[in-house]
Amino acid sequence: MELINNALLDIEDLKQKSIEKINKEGLRVLICAGTGCVANGSLEIIKKFEEMGINVEPLGAKEKMAAIPTGCHGFCEQGVLVVIPELDVTYVKVKLKDVEEIIESHIKGGKPVERLLYIDPATKNHVFKNEDIKFYAGQTRVSLANCGEINPEAIEDTLAVDGYRALYNVLKENNPDKVVEEIIKSGLRGRGGGGFPTGKKWMFTKMAQGDKKYVVCNGDEGDPGAFMDRSVMEGDPHKLLEGMAIAGFAIGADEAYIYVRAEYPLAIQRLKTAIKDAEAANLLGKNIMGSSFNFEIHIKEGAGAFVCGEETALIASIEGERGMPRPKPPFPANKGLFGKPTLINNVETLANVPVIMLKGADWFASLGAETSKGTKTFALTGEVNNTGLIEVPMGTTLRQIVFELGGGIRNGKKFKAVQIGGPSGGCLTEEHLDLTLDYDSLIKAGAMVGSGGLVVMNEDTCIVEVARFFMNFTQNESCGKCVPCREGTKNMLKILEKITRGEATMEDLELLEELASSVKDGSLCGLGKTAPNPVLSTLKYFRDEYIAHILDKKCPAGVCTALKVIEIQKDACRGCSKCSRICPVGAISGELKSPFTIDKEKCIKCGACLDSCPFKAIVQK
Amino acid sequence: MSEDKKTLFINGKEVEFTDEINILEVMRKNGFNVPTFCYRPDLKPFGACRMCVVEIEGRGIQASCTMPPEIGLKIQTNTERTRRIRKTVLELLLANHDRECTSCEKSGNCELQKYAEEYGIRNIRYAKKKEYEAIDDMNPSIVRDPNKCILCGACVRACEEFQGHAVLGFANRGSKTVVQPMAGKNLCEVDCVYCGQCQAVCPTGALTIRSSVERVWSVITNKEKKVVAQIAPAVRVAIGEMFNLEPGENSIGLINSALRAIGFDMVFDTNFSADLTIMEEGTEFLDRIAKNQNLPLFTSCCPAWVRYMETTHPDMLNHLSTCKSPQSMLSPVLKEIVPIKNPDITRENLVVVSIMPCTAKKAEAVRFEFSKDGVLDTDFVLTTKELGRMIKEAGIDFKKLEPSKGDSPFGEYSGAGTIFGTSGGVAEAAVRTAYEIATGRALENIDIKELRGVHNRCRDVEFDIDGKKIVVRVVSTLKEAEKSIQEIKNGEAKFQMLEVMACPGGCVNGGGQPRSCDSSLIKEERAKGLYEDDKNLPVRKSHENPEIKKLYEEFLEKPGSHKAHELLHTSYQNRLKGSYKDFE
Repeated sequence: MELINNALLDIEDLKQKSIEKINKEGLRVLICAGTGCVANGSLEIIKKFEEMGINVEPLGAKEKMAAIPTGCHGFCEQGVLVVIPELDVTYVKVKLKDVEEIIESHIKGGKPVERLLYIDPATKNHVFKNEDIKFYAGQTRVSLANCGEINPEAIEDTLAVDGYRALYNVLKENNPDKVVEEIIKSGLRGRGGGGFPTGKKWMFTKMAQGDKKYVVCNGDEGDPGAFMDRSVMEGDPHKLLEGMAIAGFAIGADEAYIYVRAEYPLAIQRLKTAIKDAEAANLLGKNIMGSSFNFEIHIKEGAGAFVCGEETALIASIEGERGMPRPKPPFPANKGLFGKPTLINNVETLANVPVIMLKGADWFASLGAETSKGTKTFALTGEVNNTGLIEVPMGTTLRQIVFELGGGIRNGKKFKAVQIGGPSGGCLTEEHLDLTLDYDSLIKAGAMVGSGGLVVMNEDTCIVEVARFFMNFTQNESCGKCVPCREGTKNMLKILEKITRGEATMEDLELLEELASSVKDGSLCGLGKTAPNPVLSTLKYFRDEYIAHILDKKCPAGVCTALKVIEIQKDACRGCSKCSRICPVGAISGELKSPFTIDKEKCIKCGACLDSCPFKAIVQK
Repeated sequence: MSEDKKTLFINGKEVEFTDEINILEVMRKNGFNVPTFCYRPDLKPFGACRMCVVEIEGRGIQASCTMPPEIGLKIQTNTERTRRIRKTVLELLLANHDRECTSCEKSGNCELQKYAEEYGIRNIRYAKKKEYEAIDDMNPSIVRDPNKCILCGACVRACEEFQGHAVLGFANRGSKTVVQPMAGKNLCEVDCVYCGQCQAVCPTGALTIRSSVERVWSVITNKEKKVVAQIAPAVRVAIGEMFNLEPGENSIGLINSALRAIGFDMVFDTNFSADLTIMEEGTEFLDRIAKNQNLPLFTSCCPAWVRYMETTHPDMLNHLSTCKSPQSMLSPVLKEIVPIKNPDITRENLVVVSIMPCTAKKAEAVRFEFSKDGVLDTDFVLTTKELGRMIKEAGIDFKKLEPSKGDSPFGEYSGAGTIFGTSGGVAEAAVRTAYEIATGRALENIDIKELRGVHNRCRDVEFDIDGKKIVVRVVSTLKEAEKSIQEIKNGEAKFQMLEVMACPGGCVNGGGQPRSCDSSLIKEERAKGLYEDDKNLPVRKSHENPEIKKLYEEFLEKPGSHKAHELLHTSYQNRLKGSYKDFE
């Protein structure tokens, strides 16, 4: 690497100047401006803080205050989140009307607003600091380290926390081989689902012959409920850009694409701003930091096809073709975008890169499990008390996540299962609670890390319905190219629907299993190969529940409408006629003051009568 | 096996490989067959149907069509898993398929039917598709039945890779995926060039030829009508494949006899009018060279190419030769002259049926320009496949027929006429004649091998005509032709004549020929058959065909004459209108 001006720019100087600038802002009030909190009105709250804060003189050393919009804090359920680090406080569920009180009472008066503090579901105590909230306490944030801590639209915020320093070091050392070695040594594996060793992928692309190479960042996060990539892109876009530039330097690429789904407008806007700012600061673009390394990043908006998260389909989509996967080999490392060697990594993977280069492979490898190093983000949803985005060391147990970070099952219900890894993942049960979450143990158990979706289910969940739900998703999102996936998922869905309607036979169950294994073995790409996972894993762990639907014509969780039976208990019915008046289809009839009856042919099982009966005479079986 | 050879293992047997694009080809060469719907040797591997899956040690299940051969691979073609996957695929496809096999056009030639039989699929356990979609039969050449489509994408790739067109494409996602003409239109509303390659690669009855068989039967049985046939060059080297003859075997004598047995009154040869085309086109070419006008000259024998020019490059129609194609030259000549020579035949009761390797000829025949007083010059066009079916229907044992000659005066032809059926043949025939007319000397070597070949889709050959350098370019597929057009538009073209055949390899591989997608070698054999015929003919240059000479003497005067123009030349239209481009 030749230096253009005999020296790289002074990154330390940039950092100090940025810190100075931030210090001048005064007391920083960090308000979450992630998609979830924006939906809860955080933009109005930020505006209000700005308007009201102009003349505010906070108690203490700072002369003024500043409202700082940040990326996602992860604890979306409690949004809008307002954090004031210097006052050691996190406010939750903040509404527009609360802004004045926070300023008057706490910022100016020094008295915290108790009612806006988080209440621990177990102890019922008010909690002040993030670190004391169990949801945060159990986390180790690496890729999400800056999310919620910095203003993603101000490059100074990034520079102040050592942003672009890893790239600087890499350029200064000028040894691409060493970068690849470092990534190999770190043990980092692909965070998009496959878990392929990242360093190896870099090495293959580096070794591939070609006058032109590309880096592609896969930001087509399509798993329902997953938003870890979105959080990074919205909350810390520079970290992603820096990771991409390091990758580009290591493999010898000068051009890159970030493929972001068009449903992420905020991420796209922030990435665009970040690219513009970084280029203006000579941290991206031509002759980066005064070196001869050029790196240009484009943004490509996806059109909403789930399958475009598959790398070859994504490449086809960037090229302007229909988003259909292509056979491998050839692998993108040899023949990828526009036929050139292409390194394609997921957002979270690339976001780990600057940290690894800065803190060292050994530090990274010290986190996590034997074969799965570092941390992983999970989108924790479902029937737990605390839902949101978490980042934990690989190898954390399911129990820790569900019962410590997640605060246990909501409303005192019983834990039943978790669906892990999105629609291509699998269902795990109580017996897996002490299973460590890493690539290999999950595959062994019939699930996968996937992109990190984690849906917690309680005893009221019908497992067949869960399998049907995910199968409906994959059969809609199959690209339609290969027969096993296109036709197989559709027919698996049909059989599952038959089961939930109580119309299936044991032969159907056998057929379902046979089909599932053919789809898994025979499909062209990862989507089809993993689509049967929810069915296969639930069949493995909850076979009884399937059989109950088929043989007993019963849904044990009482979810499947077709299998519900609603009856009026003669002894308890006083013949008040309230239920017959509320029934939307006129299925209930009888004479006043004598027991009423339900016409099962007419009944649509809506359950309206259940709630209406003052004598609790109507029951659902 | 020796050290320097590359080998891999199939079912335990060590076999050699060289430059095969996939292990499927290696397997086939060594007698290990696996079924496939989507792999077609002339198209890029697609990997969609998953029928050709094999198990490879250390690599698991792989589609053999997309797996390149590597040294030492250990491949198993027939395992419990591969069989299960194939059966599942078949059962899933059949569940979705219109299974009215007995009344299907493709019955007996359907690959889905064949493999379902081979794999013993007796019970379809999956729910049958309920919706029935309308059949799209407004295109003059192709009928599309969406109910029989298995989405192998072969047609989509053929249209794109051969013709650079996207007349057919994938739409929608998941189980709602369909293959359909652009924007869900009817096949007659899009810029289809009617080449029929989509239909030729279709493994099922989803794309078939629009049949004229019944209408031809009805005129044959009509005592009022005199029905005559003309047979295109490429038909004679392909139809035998439908009757267990080898590809490339010349069966013109059998075809003549078969047609007479079916009930045709007279049988003529399109090779004759191929000679006629050369007389006119050769003269036209020399004229353009002399005037340095409208060069390069584009051949106009291929109707798919003509339509492509009309719909895509109407600004360049002046390059097209004004000569009609051999089919459309012979028909008006027959309608003019047969009644003169045969007092019992009138123009009104004469029916001309042409037998073509081509589906686009059906569309050519109904062009307004090729009619007189509201009556088409060519009344019906039968493809090779349709004639084969008629022969079978008539109960004729094709191989046992006594070969016979065509009727005079239009049954004689030169070797130049016969090679019209393969890519490069028109150019070679033209050069043989044009050289002699221009220089007055006989061409020393009339086997111009540089112009030949069915695999190489673009080649330039330079000729020295009395010190003047003439470059002739031969292309097959419209995708290649488009590149030449762009060269012309960019002012880079170095050639003066452009021969275009839309089907890869030319008419021997036409859309109306029997199944040729099993191997890319079939068209090579057929071309060989035509060159063999050429070599063995006493007359090998169009202008030396005695019947051609006679026709000019008695009737047409000379090439390019007023009468010749009236019967043998045509004009072209801008057809940009009416195509989907209007709606963009």
